[in-house]
Amino acid sequence: MSGRHEWQAEYNSSPLREVPFETMSGVPLEAVYGPDDAEFPGRWPYTRGPYASMYRSRLWTMRQFAGFGTAQDTNGRFKELLRSGGSGLSTAFDMPTLLGRDSDDPLAKGEVGRAGVAVDTQADMETLFSQIDLGSVSTSMTINSAASVIMAMYVGVGDRTGVERSALSGTIQNDILKEYQAQKEYVFPPRPSVRLVTDLVRFATAELPRWHPVSISGYHIREAGSTAVQELAFTLANGFAYVEAALQADLAIDEFAPRLSFFFNAHIDFFEEIAKYRAARRIWAHWMRNRYGATDGRSLQLRFHTQTAGVSLTAQQPEVNMARVAIEALAGVLGGTQSLHTDSYDEALALPTEQAARLALRTQQVIAEESGVVHVADPLGGSWFVESLTDELERQAEEVFSYLLEEGSGSMLDGVIASIDNGWFCAEIADAAYQFQSKIASSRWIQVGVNGYTDGDDHQPPTLYVDPAVEARQLADLAAVKQSRDDEAVRRSMERLRSEAVDPTINLMPALIEAASRYVTVGECMGALESVFGIWLERSFV
Amino acid sequence: MDNDRRIRVLLAKVGLDGHDRGLRVVARILRDAGFEVVYAGLRQTPEMIAAAVTEEDVDVVGVSMHNGAHLTLVPAVVHALREAGLDTPVVVGGIVPEVDMPQMKSEGVAAVLGPGASNEEVVATVRAVAEAAAATSSET
Repeated sequence: MSGRHEWQAEYNSSPLREVPFETMSGVPLEAVYGPDDAEFPGRWPYTRGPYASMYRSRLWTMRQFAGFGTAQDTNGRFKELLRSGGSGLSTAFDMPTLLGRDSDDPLAKGEVGRAGVAVDTQADMETLFSQIDLGSVSTSMTINSAASVIMAMYVGVGDRTGVERSALSGTIQNDILKEYQAQKEYVFPPRPSVRLVTDLVRFATAELPRWHPVSISGYHIREAGSTAVQELAFTLANGFAYVEAALQADLAIDEFAPRLSFFFNAHIDFFEEIAKYRAARRIWAHWMRNRYGATDGRSLQLRFHTQTAGVSLTAQQPEVNMARVAIEALAGVLGGTQSLHTDSYDEALALPTEQAARLALRTQQVIAEESGVVHVADPLGGSWFVESLTDELERQAEEVFSYLLEEGSGSMLDGVIASIDNGWFCAEIADAAYQFQSKIASSRWIQVGVNGYTDGDDHQPPTLYVDPAVEARQLADLAAVKQSRDDEAVRRSMERLRSEAVDPTINLMPALIEAASRYVTVGECMGALESVFGIWLERSFV
Repeated sequence: MDNDRRIRVLLAKVGLDGHDRGLRVVARILRDAGFEVVYAGLRQTPEMIAAAVTEEDVDVVGVSMHNGAHLTLVPAVVHALREAGLDTPVVVGGIVPEVDMPQMKSEGVAAVLGPGASNEEVVATVRAVAEAAAATSSET
């Protein structure tokens, strides 16, 4: 059977949105174009998309990431979003929570509730999701080092409100490897951190069938200055490393692989980005089947979230950023993304205002409703240029995989960790960032408003103001919880965490869920684990 | 300042924020321009910075801010330096909204380098700040 026949059968069984699939002038459009023996979306090796019908069945999820202040403030925003028809909640945590520190930690000063919501105990999570049915929403939580602790609290809120664990739906980022490489929100050394990731994957596989326990993220690698090839290669290498860790923990590949998801950047080089997404899908399919023995189609299909490149935004003439975001978002859509966050034009100046965030969402809606690009899957497939660029990015990524496999003596997990240990990833990324800065300095790259076309930077838009009283309110809440909880139960929970952390064959999730239910704080849980795991310090940078 | 001595700059992130792309690029720009760079890196406290400035005999402190905590953390750095009896100037790089500039200046920050600052601007600003501080301290 030709590729087209297999694709057609799957397409015919897909539900379609009720809109006319035609151009603005009424020219009817096919769902995909190409010769009968071409690659097809939804078919091996999935270069052209994970699904046969792509956006004809379902548009991407427009998922805007937000969070601020106390749990109560963000709960208000969540309920507002649900009332206006949204079904996906996306949670940004503040820096102390992301790093597993309580709001009363001396290092938290000035950062409580500032870039996201502050969560110290399960009481905050109960407030954050108060009057929201966790069985009927999908929640995305962007957190890594303290992901297991926060996940335990989320499960705890579900348990308390009578929601079956099997009904909990959402994603937790829980991608620790890229923290050492790029975002730098690490706490423990890589090995015990990967164990925490694997424990959560095991727990979700057993108890949370609708949950995505890790979102393997290239976004931050790119923001830290990498090239598109490095983003592609490092991210997929991290994905392979998690797969190997889960296989070592005796999970079967097709049990957990369908729940793995990805998160990529959409930068400004339009065709390179589209080629990157296409190459990512093809590489993942090949490796999952050929190296790891996956057979379930869902294990082979790479699905991803996209965010436009914060780092491409300029503080100069900030309105110009709207044009950049539109181009980048379009690349994500033409590359077949499953969900998309568009940046606000004021993000190089401050955290986004509500007005700027709405404009960013409207940009996606223009692409979805007006541009017509959603009718045809992988519309650039077959372009000599895009196909050639896809092949070239794949080839260059494979070179990186070969290097890492050699570093790990045949193990991608060991190769990635060795290259974190010796600072290779950081050096590669920092070098790429410096090369790009040199291009700007020498005007070999023109950034509009920065080193070219600089007239007209006369208007500064209003920026978001975060009330400094948030910190005081959060500290008072934390003190009250600490006052009312059972201290002896807290002590026993922390003791259990310490003793189970010593034995790597024990899954730490049950102990964390117990601790959360006793209102042990995020900082206390992390402290108990730290007493066994130790902490990670970056190699000094020369 | 002794003309033969290279200007020593300490570069640090204060607080918990891990956005170190700018700090690393600035480290290389300054080094290429002949400065001596002491790269303290991530998660420095104001006290750690003051101790490192004393120990390394630093002329200028550069702190990089990206997550909105500058109004708390930058004054804390200046304060820790002054507490330790140091008049080392502080330059802030990264994201500082225009409305916060007057407060940065009144808290004793010598200069702010925003996003998109050119290599020349970075080098010239740090040099000017170091020379101004040297001139002031030789007067007293």
